[in-house]
Amino acid sequence: MPTTDRKPILLDFEKPLVELEARINQIRELAEENEVDVSDQIHQLELRAVQLRQEIFSGLSPTQRLQVARHPRRPSTLDYVQAITDEWVELHGDRCGADDLALVGGIARFAGRSVVILGHQKGRDTKDNIARNFGMASPGGYRKAMRLMEHADRFEMPILTFIDTPGAWTGLDAEQMGQGEAIAYNLREMFRLNVPILCTVIGEGGSGGALGIGVSDRLLMFEHSVYTVATPEACASILWRDVTKAPQAAEALKMTAHDLKHLGILDQLLPEPVGGAHADPLKASAVLKENLLRHLAELDQMTNAQRREARYQKFRSIGVFIEAAT
Amino acid sequence: MSLFDWFANRRKADPTSREGQEREIADGLWTKCESCSVLTYTKDLQANQMVCLECGHHLRVYSEERIHQLLDPGTWMPLDQGLQPTDPLKFRDRKSYSDRLRETQEKTGLVDAVQTGLGQLEGLPLALGVMDFQFMGGSMGSVVGEKFTRMIERATATRLPVVIVCASGGARMQEGMLSLMQMAKISGALERHREQRLLYIPVLTHPTTGGVTASFAMLGDIILAEPKATIGFAGRRVVEQTLREKLPENFQTAEYLLFHGFVDAIVLRTQLKRTLGQLIRLHQPVKALHSQRSEMTATLNTVDQPSTLQNLLLDY
Repeated sequence: MPTTDRKPILLDFEKPLVELEARINQIRELAEENEVDVSDQIHQLELRAVQLRQEIFSGLSPTQRLQVARHPRRPSTLDYVQAITDEWVELHGDRCGADDLALVGGIARFAGRSVVILGHQKGRDTKDNIARNFGMASPGGYRKAMRLMEHADRFEMPILTFIDTPGAWTGLDAEQMGQGEAIAYNLREMFRLNVPILCTVIGEGGSGGALGIGVSDRLLMFEHSVYTVATPEACASILWRDVTKAPQAAEALKMTAHDLKHLGILDQLLPEPVGGAHADPLKASAVLKENLLRHLAELDQMTNAQRREARYQKFRSIGVFIEAAT
Repeated sequence: MSLFDWFANRRKADPTSREGQEREIADGLWTKCESCSVLTYTKDLQANQMVCLECGHHLRVYSEERIHQLLDPGTWMPLDQGLQPTDPLKFRDRKSYSDRLRETQEKTGLVDAVQTGLGQLEGLPLALGVMDFQFMGGSMGSVVGEKFTRMIERATATRLPVVIVCASGGARMQEGMLSLMQMAKISGALERHREQRLLYIPVLTHPTTGGVTASFAMLGDIILAEPKATIGFAGRRVVEQTLREKLPENFQTAEYLLFHGFVDAIVLRTQLKRTLGQLIRLHQPVKALHSQRSEMTATLNTVDQPSTLQNLLLDY
């Protein structure tokens, strides 16, 4: 978990809140110096601060949500693994010559049962981020994921995937190793697996790089996460030919959890602690665990064939069009 | 009027001779090869399937002509022509998506970026989907996803091979996540087709990129590509920006993919129909082959050398 003793990283829209909190501290110090009792007033101001935080975070614009989703302290896959599992063995390698640190996977004990967990992994600091390629997975990452999912299917372990990537890696090496093929293969094969698959967008869901571990029986998403066909920056530079139009693109793309619930793509929206998941990672983890268990229990009731059929139908029904008689 | 005068008059009437030239090209009588710049009489070019007679460059072919090139005359049976795109996100960039759709539909005469249907290729029944790059860059939204999925489902139910001619810039941003999810939807349908041990051959033409490459384009049992077609996941510009270095010249071409093992063969357009026919016949169940073979032996009862018979069957 991100430690709380470090200096918090604040987003620009949190400014009024920071100012208010600073004033509360100032008053408190002054009162102590002058030995005046202002505890009532301070209590009032503190209540106001909580209220303000709630107001700010309940009315975030898509661009602001994206900032929360990309927050450097936002809990990552390995943070959640640590918080929600009792045992964890990380496994490495795609058996084709690569081990991608941007996509991690392993076997865990989750509420008493064995599961396979996979997820994009961003770094905690610059050095870590470089090693993890900022959570942008290479073909080797998707192939490692597939290898572990096959393992899960063979040993009848449910699969939990965590999405948190700006997108799949777009370097020369990625093209050479078949980034398109690696993702495509996962999309098809994930429909074939018998075990339950639960996918949670914990931060950024960036396009095909996210979908490459995103074919699932249930799609869960944290409140301030985003899931999008293209990053607002890419979309703005392609459609507006102007990257500064990213906020308009963020709005137009309908990428927030609320939008996706409305479009019927999302099955479960996970509420975040006030101030975002990074403000209280343990609380966010508890919400995640509780919801994963509930959905897993539902999926346990179904036969393999029923689950596969339902998974197919879930994706089959996505799309909006008009059908005119011909 | 001498020929010289004619030229002089013409130059007078049209001082910017380049514009004049382009008008003629626009008229469609002549087509200029984008590779060698040679002008060819369009009808000759069409007769050669839009492959430049001079340099062999494969010019762009849209869905209507592609269907005509691949299928036996009179066998095309289009599917789901009533499916029309709409604007579920009320998307607006510099122009609203609804306006863009309407304008593109008027300009191209197409409803969306794909045509799907059933037909016969060298007498072999198949399901054929052809993407059309002139419709918003062949981008994949809900209609493209739904039409492909229905076509593949029908092919699975009726045990037909599927051929998809790809030409697309990827997912259609104006339909947001609905577009992205079409990648999964089509891949799911292909999984069911595959489970029935049915053949799927994508043909990658210029350009095949983004979400199409990361889904059905790369899921073929056998993957064919046209010469020099651009095929890749990320756009060349994006890769260049990511790396800040020059890329190899053949980067993301069909030849590059062949070299790295991601396509089975590069096939000249003029050979495409024949190659598809050959591949589909090679995958026909033994029973079907038997019945064909017995027909053949009946007509070829004088041939007793098996090798000759085999050659004849291959040619058939």
